[in-house]
Amino acid sequence: MSTSSKPQDLVEKALELSRADGAVVLVDAATDANLRWANNTLTTNGVSAGQQVTVISVKNGATGAASAAVGVVGRSGVDVAGIEDLVRASEKAAEESGPADDANQLVPGRASADWDEPPAQTDISVFSSFAPALGETFAAARAEGSLLFGYAEHSMSTQYLGSTSGLRLRHAQPTGSVQLNAKSGDRSRSAWAGVPTADFSDVDVVAVGQDLARRLEWAKRKIDLPAGRYETVLPPTSVADLMIYAYWSAALRDAVDGRSVFSKSGGATKLGESLAGSSAIKATLRSDPTATGLECTPYVEAYSSNAYQSVFDNGLALGPTEWIKDGELAALLTTRRTAAAAQAPVTPFVDNLILDAAPGGTGPSLTELTGSTRDGLLLTSLWYIREVDPQTLLLTGLTRDGVYKVEGGEVVGEVNNFRFNESPVSLLSRIAEAGRTERTFSREWGDYFNRTAMPALRIPDFNMSSVSPAS
Amino acid sequence: MTVDESFTSLPLGDLAEAALSRARALGAEHADFRVETVRSQHINLRDGHVDGVSDSSDRGLSVRVVYDGTWGFAAGVALDARTAAALAEQAVEVAKVSKPVNSEPVVLAPEPVHGEHVWVSSYEINPFDVPDTEKIGHFQRWSERLLGADGVAHVDAEFQAVQEGKYFADLAGNRLTQQRIRTEGALTAVAVDQESGAFETMRTVAPPVGRGWEFFTGNEVFDWDAELDALPGLLRDKLTAPSVQPGEYDVVIDPSNLWLTIHESIGHATELDRALGYEAAYAGTSFATLDKLGTLKYGSPVMNITGDRVSEHGLGTVGFDDEGVQTQQWDIVKNGILVGYQLDRRIAQLKGLNGGRSNGCAFADSAAHVPIQRMANVSLQPAADGPSTKELISRVRRGLYIIGDKSWSIDMQRYNFQFTGQRAFLIEDGELKGQVKDFAYQATTTDFWGAMEAVGGPQTYVVGGSFQCGKGQPGQVAPVSHGAPAALFRGIRILNTVQEAGQ
Repeated sequence: MSTSSKPQDLVEKALELSRADGAVVLVDAATDANLRWANNTLTTNGVSAGQQVTVISVKNGATGAASAAVGVVGRSGVDVAGIEDLVRASEKAAEESGPADDANQLVPGRASADWDEPPAQTDISVFSSFAPALGETFAAARAEGSLLFGYAEHSMSTQYLGSTSGLRLRHAQPTGSVQLNAKSGDRSRSAWAGVPTADFSDVDVVAVGQDLARRLEWAKRKIDLPAGRYETVLPPTSVADLMIYAYWSAALRDAVDGRSVFSKSGGATKLGESLAGSSAIKATLRSDPTATGLECTPYVEAYSSNAYQSVFDNGLALGPTEWIKDGELAALLTTRRTAAAAQAPVTPFVDNLILDAAPGGTGPSLTELTGSTRDGLLLTSLWYIREVDPQTLLLTGLTRDGVYKVEGGEVVGEVNNFRFNESPVSLLSRIAEAGRTERTFSREWGDYFNRTAMPALRIPDFNMSSVSPAS
Repeated sequence: MTVDESFTSLPLGDLAEAALSRARALGAEHADFRVETVRSQHINLRDGHVDGVSDSSDRGLSVRVVYDGTWGFAAGVALDARTAAALAEQAVEVAKVSKPVNSEPVVLAPEPVHGEHVWVSSYEINPFDVPDTEKIGHFQRWSERLLGADGVAHVDAEFQAVQEGKYFADLAGNRLTQQRIRTEGALTAVAVDQESGAFETMRTVAPPVGRGWEFFTGNEVFDWDAELDALPGLLRDKLTAPSVQPGEYDVVIDPSNLWLTIHESIGHATELDRALGYEAAYAGTSFATLDKLGTLKYGSPVMNITGDRVSEHGLGTVGFDDEGVQTQQWDIVKNGILVGYQLDRRIAQLKGLNGGRSNGCAFADSAAHVPIQRMANVSLQPAADGPSTKELISRVRRGLYIIGDKSWSIDMQRYNFQFTGQRAFLIEDGELKGQVKDFAYQATTTDFWGAMEAVGGPQTYVVGGSFQCGKGQPGQVAPVSHGAPAALFRGIRILNTVQEAGQ
């Protein structure tokens, strides 16, 4: 068990050794490089490489019999010589587990054209032009007496998925982001930006630094405002924070069980109902594994079963899905099993999310939306978002790194931070104006959910519940 | 207890020698080497049926160096001498690439060398030695018990166990082998009003613990039988309880709720790396800045907070931290005044705190991640002859008694927070009345702790905690415990969460 083996060999060997009624093998080969800095200097850094093998064994009915039980065991650093031990552990887990609620046939076989390709990789050299540019940005910050904090990460994860039903699927996923936070020397003013990227070739950190410097200038004039409901321009990053949480809360099974914001009385769901209320904006929330710039795994990858995914569905092809269509709840997250039980179409989780809200598909930029604000707040980002009440999907959280007062289309100063209490589902019925959809990085959830495209939204009465003294 | 043979049989010493000798030959000022295996199991049941069972094991090795005053770190998975040496080279390479953006040379606080040591956490039955059928069956029986009760529509059950094996070696001569076990179990009952569509949930308040399977098979440490018997009735009452009237209340907070408030408003706020800005772009900073050490009135004079990594069964407890520092206990808040921070070797040296010595708070959640300053068990001390919970309640004319943690959120400087709970009972004229629902408490950290009039005695003290404390980039999770007595707070703002939602 010393050296790593080729992922394809591990898949084939595990399937060959399997004595289960059916098996799925996932091999994830990942490399990662990161840099972290604070106070205009590096704090930590690193590179890592790992390979995880997960064996899913089905006992007592690969044909989807209700008695089928499943065992899932994953290990890192397994080579071909050590794979039998893992396969047997997975079979033992299946034997010791009871019948699985989501029992189903394994997904019929098909193969990716690039199955034989080796894993895609990244290393520290991905930062070879970024690091010097960051150094320049540090120099500029020092010259202005400000401090920079932040993090850059690039990972390349290649998945090989094989099954006894003949699946041989490969997907290589690059994921990257830069987060930059600028503070005045006395730390009383702070601004932030997050940039998602697939390969760092498109990151202009010097320009990001200049934008933050402008925001620190805005913050020189301080304006105290009390808690209350304010007209608020939510930037795309904040819209992503809120919509991702609504998406994660959209399991069909929870709705049918009467325990989600998408439930109605008597076991019914809100599918087919309008969420737009009296708003003239009828937004569409959708996922698409082939969306340009947001490409993600085009099939189901499930390491455990829960309300919205099933290990039996591994390899199931994913297509474009509209969760909310023109303001109407159109689909909830299903497994094949929960969809069949509710007689709904099969619409599994897809690892990207897009909100289109501007009528006609075009709309103002964030700057233009701010420019047309007579009297309101412009947020930089939201933070520490947690569910307060699943019934309304009430979420709480804080504003962070810049709440700006806008008067007559101009930023006139920086306001104190607030704690908000708001529901993303309620917000959909209160959109006054929507900007154009653009690639963005969710500050709260970007570590787990990188690929989003969202518009800025104008909300006439965003609920700022109390003032936070944090700066 | 001894360290699992599957871990000690690895060629740990040879790998360390290969990595450290290469780092030394390349000119590293400091080098440390870790091998870690983290095995974890999750069992999830829904309405008594298996929803998902997964078992994963993450094993790897890593090398961290200080080279030319700059950190370098590299991690891999293959446990052979060639890989170990190559990681040392990569770590030095990472330091070289990073040098242009490093303007603050890294110096580590000196620490005594402990040589070879073995440390194993305190538990009776390793949960990984218990057949899955037994563990699943146990939670199935508990689920069915709840499902059989009046008014319970659904039951979620979850069990989680972790076994950590860790080997640490450094150029100074430390060779430390450690093993920890932890477990967590919870059941959540759901009641649905079919007519209105309203629903409520209630979760068991058993804490996650540094114990084995024995925690679940008896009622000695946590009274599971009493909890499961009471839960359906408490849930039914909650579904029909009146919605809380928002306003100011005196509150008695149970340790099952207070641990999380301690975690968020004291634990994170007294991490020195946060106060120094290392987390400024992500987890945040702290209002409790270094210039306030020794003077900041954190709370009322009855507030005494300790940090420790030594209490038996604590989730943050370990023999040595991930920089080879022997663990200990120290004061963080004494009689309401901030007197200490959580430290690792670099920041202790940088600021000369604790006599320039670390107090053992470096931790990495796997071999793939670099150690950062992580939270110790941060606990509120009970009053030696302090009152019972009932006595605390008797001092309240109009208030709430809040039990069990639920929703939580706090700002990036750890000032403004909002928490909910599993249940709250109205207190009228010193007596407990029925439940109210839709409550949340919102406060500013120093106001809240300043409003703490009394802490309960040792008979009210319970240790809570979490497996999932998040910090750092790349993100790391750490387990941590927080002990607390029941405590009485005056004049706390209570919100109605339905009104907050504009309903």
